[in-house]
Amino acid sequence: MIDVVLNIVLLLFLLTMAVSILFIRHLMAMAMLFGLYSLLTAALFLVLDAPDVAFTEAAVGTGISTVLMLATLAITGIHKEKRPKIHLPALLLCTLVGGLLVVISLDLPPLGDEQSPALQGVAKHYLEKGKEETGVPNVVTAVLASYRGFDTLGEVAVIFTGGVCVLMLLGHWRQKPSVKVKNKIRITSR
Amino acid sequence: MESVLDLVLGHFNYWAVIALLMIGLYGIIARQNLLKKLACLSIFQTGVFLLFISWGYRHDATVPILAEGFSRYANPLPQVLMLTAIVVGVATLAVGYALIVRIHKAYGSIEEDAILEKDQQEQE
Repeated sequence: MIDVVLNIVLLLFLLTMAVSILFIRHLMAMAMLFGLYSLLTAALFLVLDAPDVAFTEAAVGTGISTVLMLATLAITGIHKEKRPKIHLPALLLCTLVGGLLVVISLDLPPLGDEQSPALQGVAKHYLEKGKEETGVPNVVTAVLASYRGFDTLGEVAVIFTGGVCVLMLLGHWRQKPSVKVKNKIRITSR
Repeated sequence: MESVLDLVLGHFNYWAVIALLMIGLYGIIARQNLLKKLACLSIFQTGVFLLFISWGYRHDATVPILAEGFSRYANPLPQVLMLTAIVVGVATLAVGYALIVRIHKAYGSIEEDAILEKDQQEQE
């Protein structure tokens, strides 16, 4: 029972944080709120029995994301957002989609339900046979590295592509050599 | 009365997630500042993570690490999927930030309307 209460309190905090991220106009403060938001998400994951996800969110979401956002702020040097206007079509669209989703959510299994379809099938197999088949007591690790190893390989490929993209976009290494090459050609042609 | 309370307790997570998704969606469409758009994209992403983790939760269960004396564990499958998604999400965010830095270099602004104005001026 305490789990459920804690869960609701944290969710309310999270919603407050999300709304304040949307409305705050000082971008530095937004970055700080964003870090807090990620930390709250990590706490929520812990309450919902997902410690591995909580670790990752705390390290990657709170740490790296916030640092990247602060770095972008530092490079661009812009700290204030222009006064935003209310976007009526977007507001209408969001209310409509949100309302539809709430109606649909009534058909979802309630939180912690034993008959939930997510618990049937392969998840049951992982819990019952995981230790036997992989020898790892942490089922999340067993699934991540053994049953779904190719998934993780794909993830690494995505991160690599992301890293290459960032390097190509920022491209300091590309501009300097090309200048040097030009100078060299000039010198030799003279 | 009892059934209403059960309904609210059982579905509050979903409603909070939907609210998060809609806050994120509204921010992505309505906010002009590119950095804020990315933050809202991230809020949207976190909403999806929370939805999956809520699906993995079981009453009176413990974390999915097998040990003596426990027989009920949370569902590990959504957790694994979200572990992958979090890391991929940060990779996308990093590319987004790099794009913002480049746009700022080229246009001197990260406000959408200012960038569009500059583009139109150049075309004329």
